[in-house]
Amino acid sequence: MHNKSVAELSRELESGKISSVELTRQFLDRLKQEDGKYNSFITITEEQALAEAKAADEMRAAGKATAWTGVPFAHKDIFCTNGVRTTCGSKMLENFVPPYDATVTARFRQAGAVCLGKTNMDEFAMGSSNESSYFGAVTNPWGLSSGQKRVPGGSSGGSAAAVAARLVPAATATDTGGSIRQPAALCGVTGLKPTYGRVSRYGMIAFASSLDQGGTIARSAEDNALMLNVMAGFDPKDSTSIDREVPDYTATLNEPLKGLKIGLPKEYFTDQLSPAMEEQVRNAVKEYEKLGATVKEVSLPNAKLAIAAYYVIAPAEASANLSRFDGVRYGYRCEDPKDLMDMYTRTRAEGFGAEVKRRILVGTYALSHGYYDAYYLKAQKVRRLIQQDFANAFKEVDVLMSPTSPSPAFIQGEKTNDPVTMYLEDIFTIAINLAGLPAMSVPAGFVDGLPVGLQIIGDYFAEARLLNAAHQFQQVTDWHQREPK
Amino acid sequence: MQWDIVIGLEIHVQLATKTKIFSGSSTAYGAEPNTQANAVDLAMPGTLPVPNENAFRYAVMFGLAVNAEIGRRSMFERKNYFYPDLPKGYQTTQLEQPIVGPGYVDVDLANGETKRVRIHHAHLEEDAGKSLHEDYHGMSGIDLNRAGTPLIEVVTEPDMNSAEEAVAFAKKLHSLVTSLGICDGDMSQGSMRFDVNISLKPKGSDQLGTRTETKNLNSFRFMEQAIAHEVERQMDILEDGGRIIQETRLYNGDRDESRSMRTKEEANDYRYFPCPDLLPVVIDDDFIEDARSRLPELPDARKARFKEQYGLNDYDAGLLSGDAKLAAFFEEAAAHGKDAKLAANWIQGEFSARLKAEDKSVAESPITGAQLGDLVVRIADNTVSSAGAKKVFEALWTGENDNVDAIIDAKGLKQVSDTGALEAMVDEVLAGMPDQVAQYQNEEDPKKRKKMLGGFMGPLMKASKGQGNPKLFNEILVKKLGG
Repeated sequence: MHNKSVAELSRELESGKISSVELTRQFLDRLKQEDGKYNSFITITEEQALAEAKAADEMRAAGKATAWTGVPFAHKDIFCTNGVRTTCGSKMLENFVPPYDATVTARFRQAGAVCLGKTNMDEFAMGSSNESSYFGAVTNPWGLSSGQKRVPGGSSGGSAAAVAARLVPAATATDTGGSIRQPAALCGVTGLKPTYGRVSRYGMIAFASSLDQGGTIARSAEDNALMLNVMAGFDPKDSTSIDREVPDYTATLNEPLKGLKIGLPKEYFTDQLSPAMEEQVRNAVKEYEKLGATVKEVSLPNAKLAIAAYYVIAPAEASANLSRFDGVRYGYRCEDPKDLMDMYTRTRAEGFGAEVKRRILVGTYALSHGYYDAYYLKAQKVRRLIQQDFANAFKEVDVLMSPTSPSPAFIQGEKTNDPVTMYLEDIFTIAINLAGLPAMSVPAGFVDGLPVGLQIIGDYFAEARLLNAAHQFQQVTDWHQREPK
Repeated sequence: MQWDIVIGLEIHVQLATKTKIFSGSSTAYGAEPNTQANAVDLAMPGTLPVPNENAFRYAVMFGLAVNAEIGRRSMFERKNYFYPDLPKGYQTTQLEQPIVGPGYVDVDLANGETKRVRIHHAHLEEDAGKSLHEDYHGMSGIDLNRAGTPLIEVVTEPDMNSAEEAVAFAKKLHSLVTSLGICDGDMSQGSMRFDVNISLKPKGSDQLGTRTETKNLNSFRFMEQAIAHEVERQMDILEDGGRIIQETRLYNGDRDESRSMRTKEEANDYRYFPCPDLLPVVIDDDFIEDARSRLPELPDARKARFKEQYGLNDYDAGLLSGDAKLAAFFEEAAAHGKDAKLAANWIQGEFSARLKAEDKSVAESPITGAQLGDLVVRIADNTVSSAGAKKVFEALWTGENDNVDAIIDAKGLKQVSDTGALEAMVDEVLAGMPDQVAQYQNEEDPKKRKKMLGGFMGPLMKASKGQGNPKLFNEILVKKLGG
């Protein structure tokens, strides 16, 4: 059962061959047995999962089942879950149990899905390797057989690793600068970051509010579509969510790709990319040509400024978003504070990890009096130029394709002491968040036995087209079905 | 040396919306601590603000009432600082694109002049919670019921030149927002709080001096005292050749003392930046016209109407039209009492004195305008004397009885106005006081004679058991005693 997709499990449940309680028990047993190798979960919610499975079986018996009723999955530990601790990978929230559901959580609950637990992540979603989690690094299932512990990517590394290791068929994720796509690429699974505003951010713990977007990780494009069907939609609790009709994302998966116009941004095929990686990506593009697509080179002239602009805007927003973690109302508070200032400084010094503190400092600096114009305002101007670059590109083509990451999964510890090298992991993904566009990462081959991801970028609200393109590719390739040994 | 005083105000006005500016919690005052704070108000992780349309409507109504331009694109910024009663670690406020742009308010001064005070802008923001420092054994308590209450912060130009002008402006603003119904105006509960910026400059100079800001004054009296105190403090420093330090000061009204809270150098760097959780709010023509259609009669129009409709003089009309609740009370009394001038006198006399003595607002008055109107009818038709009327008022106030005529009957306050009966009493009293009668008739100074008349009133009121109409007694006396 653990190798089956969400769509397949849904059919198994519908046929009555297995109950959700039985299925959930199988997944839980496997999860408890296997996850020691990956550390992909922070919290396993066995009791709640079995209760949800029981309720799902009753829901099905009552004829009220959805595609998700009784299907096990997991939430990234950034989505608040009513009554279940939500840590965001931080000591600060080690014992935080929210009294409310995120809108994403509530929607899966309503659909009758069975949440097995909360997946590991970089602390406050800040990282590209899942090494900044207070709950320990996550190990990529790929490469383990050769005795090397590689990173799964980040920040949704727990979700990507859990899906790759067949611990769950699908897991929610979030993407601020590449946090869905890069781990999906490094773990050989399929991930989608929707258009900014497509999925509610309510109850999704904020890192950088103007960039954060909830999304999906599963093995197939079809399962991503099933997830997005649940997650997408306007939410009156999120003023930045967009009131726009949500299509059935599975309905257009089988549209032919004949005439699809693909653009290859030349700035994304430079010497930062190893020839082996580039070859895999170009092979994938050739598959699309075989499916009837046309390919041309396009230019995103300001793409090179994306990392710099991002590392001003994201930390600036984070510096304010993380001010609420002050030890006053919830979360970690230092022992025996001697006065208010002592409580603030020690609570935050002890509660946050190094990368989080680094970004709070960078963001605070960028917003400071006398620096605001030079950093924050300038970065916002760059952001508009980048948006314009994409708008120009989409006048010529339907989708853009590029590598998702510059290299495959690297060995744990390799980049931890060099933040700038680590930040370059997101060089192909970050501009998309600055523009607010949707993008996917789709398994597209291997280099040295490690997965390579193809990034497909669409225009605003083109999720259905991206899923269609990914699904068609997965009909003629089997990269997404390869299982790590 | 002669000095010019320059004063500008910043006023925080709590908007009387039912729910908070960015959450659905109630804004009602006085609930148990933290019972009106939901996940958003507590800044729980992942929660997001959703703007309250009514707060925008009230702000636009205010803007229209002060003749201001309405900001068509309203942005919110985050103002970052740490404080235990500021749950998010930043206040959501407006900096670059406030909802109310430049406007003005005309203020009538006691000397009969009208002063125009320009409004620089007014912006929407959220209130913080409260830190409670008593009763926690050396620790502080945090009450977040107030956190997220909508405020408009009104910022004036430095157009006021005395404490009197500043207070007159403050009262006018209070009158405006209560008339608009966008603020309950209850200053003791912090519904309006004033920060006063003060500087001095040599008389006639066009160079502004260094200013100080005195924060959080929550009564007109404290505001007046604080300004007088600060002007004197600055004057002493300047006349001794010293320099004013730009700083924020706190005034203690009970002790008439102030102290420095922080200097400019110690001021926070608030690191303002646009709030990414809130999109810019576009205020369109329809929204503005809708707000305009909701504007009630404003104090200036009401004052003019009171003069016209009730024949009040400028002073009375000004006093009664300022406070919306007092104006309504007056109109109810005038409608029932038929004699608007007499109703006005009673409201400004007995009624206001009693409210003040018991520290009550008009809304808390135990008597209604209709009851006072009924009493005015009985005064005007001579049923009760003014002394008797005070007894009726007392009975109404204490709730002894709520019907004016019933009180008059029960207390025997009805005046005897039967001329024959009164004449008989006068004859009897005068017959018993022959010396005083002779004395009166021998006196030539009309002023002294008038005074001597009073000597007969006591025995007359005694003879009539207090029920004789004093006005009639007076007329009869004059007639009988011969001019």
